[in-house]
Amino acid sequence: MANEIRVEPMPTWAPSGKPASAWSLFVEHHPVLVFTLPAAVVVFVLMVFPVFYTVYMSLHSWFASSLTAPEFIGLQNFKRAFTQDERFRNAIWLTLYFTALATALQVVLGVSLALLLNRPFRGKGFFRSIFLLPMVATPVAIALVWMMMYNPTLGVMNYLVGLVGLGPYTWVSDVRFVIPALAAVDTWEWTPLITLITLAGLATLPLEPYESALIDGATPAQMFWRITLPLLRPTIMVALLFRSIDCLKTFDIIYVMTAGGPGFASETLNVYTFQVGLFYFHIGYASSLLVILFALVLGVSLILIKVRRGAW
Amino acid sequence: MGTPRKTGESPWTYLLLAVILIPFLFPLAWMFLSSLKTQVQNTAFPPVWIFPPTLNNYREVFVKNPFFTFTWNSLVVAAGSTGLALVLGLPGSYAIARFKRTGIALAILTARMAPGIGYLIPWFILFTKMKMIDTYIALILTHLIVALPLVLWVMIGFFEDVPAELIDAARIDGCSNFSAFLRVALPLVKPGIVATAILSFIFSWNNFLFSLIIAGFKTRTLPIAVYNFMSYEEINWGGLTAAATIITLPVLILSLFIQKHIVRGLTFGALKG
Repeated sequence: MANEIRVEPMPTWAPSGKPASAWSLFVEHHPVLVFTLPAAVVVFVLMVFPVFYTVYMSLHSWFASSLTAPEFIGLQNFKRAFTQDERFRNAIWLTLYFTALATALQVVLGVSLALLLNRPFRGKGFFRSIFLLPMVATPVAIALVWMMMYNPTLGVMNYLVGLVGLGPYTWVSDVRFVIPALAAVDTWEWTPLITLITLAGLATLPLEPYESALIDGATPAQMFWRITLPLLRPTIMVALLFRSIDCLKTFDIIYVMTAGGPGFASETLNVYTFQVGLFYFHIGYASSLLVILFALVLGVSLILIKVRRGAW
Repeated sequence: MGTPRKTGESPWTYLLLAVILIPFLFPLAWMFLSSLKTQVQNTAFPPVWIFPPTLNNYREVFVKNPFFTFTWNSLVVAAGSTGLALVLGLPGSYAIARFKRTGIALAILTARMAPGIGYLIPWFILFTKMKMIDTYIALILTHLIVALPLVLWVMIGFFEDVPAELIDAARIDGCSNFSAFLRVALPLVKPGIVATAILSFIFSWNNFLFSLIIAGFKTRTLPIAVYNFMSYEEINWGGLTAAATIITLPVLILSLFIQKHIVRGLTFGALKG
């Protein structure tokens, strides 16, 4: 093929000076197709097929261990989730509670730290390096060390709160404290991300509004609420949405630390779905739960994409 | 000490930095300290802060468990999924950036937003049927579900930073589309590729959910080994924290090389922090 002599005008781009092959001409004419096809095929097989499979299964009743074929039952799974399943309702509530608490803590803490840190100092690179460690550390290791710190009798957390006259608490073993205690771990992990994002946003703020405000005699508090915060809003918005999406899907830390317990007191939707699908092997019902969780996350994602496009 | 700067840099700034850093550093430092303590020191209350360090816990972890095998498994899966994701993702992200096909990119981002279990269940059923559970191939493919969208998205950002004029000039000088990509664009985004590769490696190394279900006895990765270790070693804190340190330390060291790009990576290229 490659040795065929072509009569059409030869592009001069063949670096070796050899005649262009049919393949390289094809690449020339369809660059997007050729360049993106391998990734697109793999993404389709790996990711799009499971999405269709899940939607299909959500309308069926099927146990992975059974020998019978999936039985079509329409929207029965969804009906069951919303009307009969106490554990599902509990999971939805806990997912929203965990997400709201963790993202609120992270955003308030993260933005405050950024405002405190928004000043020149030497060793910024060193500081950033240390500061980002919680985000990259292995979640299983994080869960392990926090379990140890939360130990009701020997843990260092009870020692530390004891120094200021509080406690002792039973932390993740207590039905009332387990979600806040888990949200604290997530906050420890992800506050640095919000801080770094906000610091980057602060660095790009224009100076003119502050100059005019100074001339007009504005107080620092007024400048913060009227200038800094509104200008930072898009940045904070994106950070907030990223964190909400991830919080809705938090799995590792919760599963390793409590596996949804005590009782079902920390069984978020993701953890519950895992139990239904990969512990009870009720694939049909798990798939319908996944569709619900996906819808929840997708709703938030669509807002995120709008923000990224600047249409906010 | 150099010349003092005029604004903001006072001893108070450094005190403030220390106060902020301590809570974020403490759990990791506590993990490391506990791994150097004996069982008696670890179960002392109030906690022991100063003690003669011992490496016994580390020795025990490696003697009692095939930790080298787990480490090797983690390495194979992380390197395999990262390598595959780069080979598949680099040309794709280049084309999306150069020919502005953001539709493809948004579709991938949407797929990325689905919960991981949604991908895990179908693949678990399929791999079970194909008797592929507990194989490197199955693990690498599932880890690719995270790695490939990551590479695509982060690299689109880096390729967008390459001036289009450079590519156009190469094309006019007679470069084919492919060699313009290979010889002009790729060398220019080399730092981006290194950062993305490290990030993808870290994501795979840290992955818990997929490995929990897909890995078996032969291919068990480090996070799963540590998780199992937790259930039967209950309160052997020295051993547990030694294992946790072994798994976390490589990631912490790797992350130091990419601190400039970490925000970009963790937000999927949406923000360049």
